[in-house]
Amino acid sequence: MHISEGVLSAPVLVTGAAVTAGFTWLGLKRIDYDQMVHVAILASAFFVASLIHVNIGPSSVHLILNGVVGLLLGMAAFPAILTALVLQALLFQYGGLTALGVNAIIMALPAVMVHYLFGAMVGKSAAMTFTAGFLSGLVSVLLSCILLGASLWATDAQFLKTSLAIITAHVPVMIVEGIVTGFCISFLVRVYPEILFKGNRR
Amino acid sequence: MDNPFESGTSFLHGLDPRIRIMCAVFLSFAAALSHYPQVAGAYLILGMGLVRLGRISWQNLKPRVKPLLWFLVMIWIFLPLTFSQEIIANIGGLNLSMAGIRLSIMITLKSLAIVLMFTALIATMPMASLGKAMHQLHVPDKLVFLLLMTYRYVFVIQEEYLRLLRAARFRGFSPGTNLHSYRTYAYLAGMLFVRASMRARRVHQAMLCRGFDRRFYTLDVYSPNRWNLLFFIAMLGAGFGITLIDMLWMYS
Repeated sequence: MHISEGVLSAPVLVTGAAVTAGFTWLGLKRIDYDQMVHVAILASAFFVASLIHVNIGPSSVHLILNGVVGLLLGMAAFPAILTALVLQALLFQYGGLTALGVNAIIMALPAVMVHYLFGAMVGKSAAMTFTAGFLSGLVSVLLSCILLGASLWATDAQFLKTSLAIITAHVPVMIVEGIVTGFCISFLVRVYPEILFKGNRR
Repeated sequence: MDNPFESGTSFLHGLDPRIRIMCAVFLSFAAALSHYPQVAGAYLILGMGLVRLGRISWQNLKPRVKPLLWFLVMIWIFLPLTFSQEIIANIGGLNLSMAGIRLSIMITLKSLAIVLMFTALIATMPMASLGKAMHQLHVPDKLVFLLLMTYRYVFVIQEEYLRLLRAARFRGFSPGTNLHSYRTYAYLAGMLFVRASMRARRVHQAMLCRGFDRRFYTLDVYSPNRWNLLFFIAMLGAGFGITLIDMLWMYS
């Protein structure tokens, strides 16, 4: 989910770039060089996970999993997701330079937010873990849609209908993303709990 | 998932990566902030000129512009019908808005221009050169490290993913719209994160053993030549010139 080049107005683009710079700086400060490789390789996994397509009825959507990255990395998810977006631009020409800041906020800010909203629930019990994962997946996509809609709306109030249509169209994606994130986090807690509690300064 | 543009012998490929990055940032923002279709069109022509200069073949460019073109088709269907200003026609209960059409034209020109400039200027350099240039341009070291390391492992993790998917298929997994499929994909993605994390630990240890000092080295050497400066001045001039026309137009 991202906004293409050439759509947004100057104030939105500049605000996006500035906010992204700020959060990236905060995120990088949280990572020391010993964790750098860990964050980088998880960013690659996030990038690859977005190539996984799951069926919804006759059509299919790709996974986003920014909720998972958020729960795993906390604040460090911001630079990790930014990096993945840069690679998407380089390898697939998804977006270019000017919308990068706004797109990073759309994808990465919800990831960081679900970490602080639901991160504490992970690992309490099997049901709690699944719920935390489900909510992280659902809420992160919902927040991404809202941020996307808001940046369109801030560009031109006429975009309101388009924004609402985008949010509505993503409801099935939110549910699938919630289910997958729920299972994924439950799986990680059972199989490799270190991944969740390493480098997370809670 | 390869980048087919990074190796080449064109004029653009020989330019200093720093110059290319600065030009791309400047021209992209200048194009994004323009107000008139004629001005955005000028940037599109500039973008096409750069693609030509980088000797990028349409064959390689086509699959990359395709998603953008689909997005533009959607824009053209959606915007003229949902905007409510300057209605010029009413077709079967749907209002056709001139403001929507004008915005669609602007988005089409700008997005194509920016993507072409990005492809011609940035995608034409190897990742290592991009990292080095970013470092020289004072992008934080950690971010450069993150980008290079992520890029290095994207391909490894993708192979891992394909291996997991193959294994699932051998066991008779056929995806559908049901809980079982979603759970399988979730475990697959989870396994991807597990393997990525374990690999990260091994890689980190191996790097420390080999005396890693937080820096990457690139073997690409860009010989300084006067074309760098000339190109930079030309692009800066073109950008400022077009922006000036845009401004004068707006305030006249």
